[in-house]
Amino acid sequence: MGGAFSVADILATLYFGGVLRYDPQKPDWEDRDKFILSKGHSCYALYAVLARAGFFSEKELRYAGKPGSSLGGHPKLREIPGVEASTGALGHGLSFAIGIACADKIDGRDSHVYVVLGDGECQEGSVWEGALSAPTLGLDNLTAVVDHNKLQAMDALENIVHMKPFAEKWRAFGWNVMEIDGHDHAQIREALLARADGRPAVVIANTVKGKGVSFMENKPIWHFRMPNDKELPMLMEELGLTEAELA
Amino acid sequence: MRTAYLKALHELAAMDKNVYALISDNGAIVYDQYRADFPKQYLNLGISEANMLGMAAGMASRGKIPFAYTIGAFLAYRAFEFIRDDICLQNQNVKIVGTGAGEVYSGLGPTHHATEDLGGLRSLPNLTVLCPASPKEVYAATYAAYHHKGPVYLRLGTNREPEIYEGECKFEVGEGVELKSGGDAAIFSTGSILKDVLDAADSLEKEGISARVINIHTLKPLDGDIILKAIHETGHIVTVEDHNIIGGLGSAVAEVIAESGMWVKFRRVGLRDFSHGYGTYAQVKEGNGVGRKQIEEVVREVASR
Repeated sequence: MGGAFSVADILATLYFGGVLRYDPQKPDWEDRDKFILSKGHSCYALYAVLARAGFFSEKELRYAGKPGSSLGGHPKLREIPGVEASTGALGHGLSFAIGIACADKIDGRDSHVYVVLGDGECQEGSVWEGALSAPTLGLDNLTAVVDHNKLQAMDALENIVHMKPFAEKWRAFGWNVMEIDGHDHAQIREALLARADGRPAVVIANTVKGKGVSFMENKPIWHFRMPNDKELPMLMEELGLTEAELA
Repeated sequence: MRTAYLKALHELAAMDKNVYALISDNGAIVYDQYRADFPKQYLNLGISEANMLGMAAGMASRGKIPFAYTIGAFLAYRAFEFIRDDICLQNQNVKIVGTGAGEVYSGLGPTHHATEDLGGLRSLPNLTVLCPASPKEVYAATYAAYHHKGPVYLRLGTNREPEIYEGECKFEVGEGVELKSGGDAAIFSTGSILKDVLDAADSLEKEGISARVINIHTLKPLDGDIILKAIHETGHIVTVEDHNIIGGLGSAVAEVIAESGMWVKFRRVGLRDFSHGYGTYAQVKEGNGVGRKQIEEVVREVASR
């Protein structure tokens, strides 16, 4: 749950800030931009955004995670309109996105590929195989965003694996690196639309895990937890949500 | 086998611009002509098998038909999760081409031997598993992989396999091929070791043991009918593979036998450990219990029971 809240502003800006080109009526539109949520465990934020964007009815969100619903604990290709790749196991989405960017470049398509990774996910070796290959391939039609909330499942990143200096690592691999406040819509939009000739871009979005809910913010346990009956009204009050809006 | 594969790939690339060769820095010499003729349908991604297969899935999602090639051990073991999650789970039209099947890289040792690949990959949903036995069959299997819409694992040996087909090789995915008739026993085999099986069957014929030889070039989907027919007609079954005794052809045939309800004399020839020792392919096979003489002994024993 916490990871969905840290990435929410990024996804909202991508879909509603005039960044991603898509047509919910034609999810297979050839010249669409593509988005992959490599940190698939934050799928509930993606489902909310896809529903609001019109890929499917917002009513379906009520059944997420229940038998019969296609909206499960990780996103699945072909079962959910607007999902470009099944993700869940970490360290896969970047390579998949590189493959799409590569194919679109071969076809001379003017479309862009976005992929969101978790910062903990960047402990996977395959992320760095992808990080080496995208600049080599000159994929300037690719933007990776790292949801840098500095927490992973059990603790702070820095208490588990040292990732610093994080931006310098990407820079050294040849990426166009931008560091932003991942909850500031103007900064997010500007970074997502930035292009550098011949180089892929990476946006290191500094975020807060559990953003917007005081008792969730920066608490590792909310990587796993869902609010219980007592916590849900508190959460709704802090986010200014009403029962009617959720119905 | 590699030359036959590259010949087919070259023709396919000329015919269909969506055919795309990905390699993981393993294709010196054999890829030279292809690289020269199709620079826009070729990428060497360096030594990064996981990234190559994840990328291949992404490219396939955009209509490309990637043929991702390197040593089979590196694909099947290192990149297994990428085969499973990105290619099979999403049913992407990727052709995974592994060379050096079994112990054919006999001098390189077990890190370079694909001797458990079939066991792992045979269990993956959506994946078709092809294991051709000769250059002509590799050529035909490469075309079959292209025409099949969906993930394929194409398991190749090296470049030293002799031809086993005198005439044309007809290749139908999922259909076993009877290479030699016989009624005393039926030997099922697959891949580069099939030539040893044919030679063993010829020797046994001179002793008066008539062994049928069946080529199972498709491990999945498995031709259950040809196995049931052999059970009915001979009742004596042997499997021979250059692969671990667990999980490969022998296990696949055993599954059919076990569910058939028939009483069958059955033995498997395969590796019982990591391969050990170095030398020629024939020497290494013999040192690991899958040599030609050892095949003969097992068939002799089963046929006489």
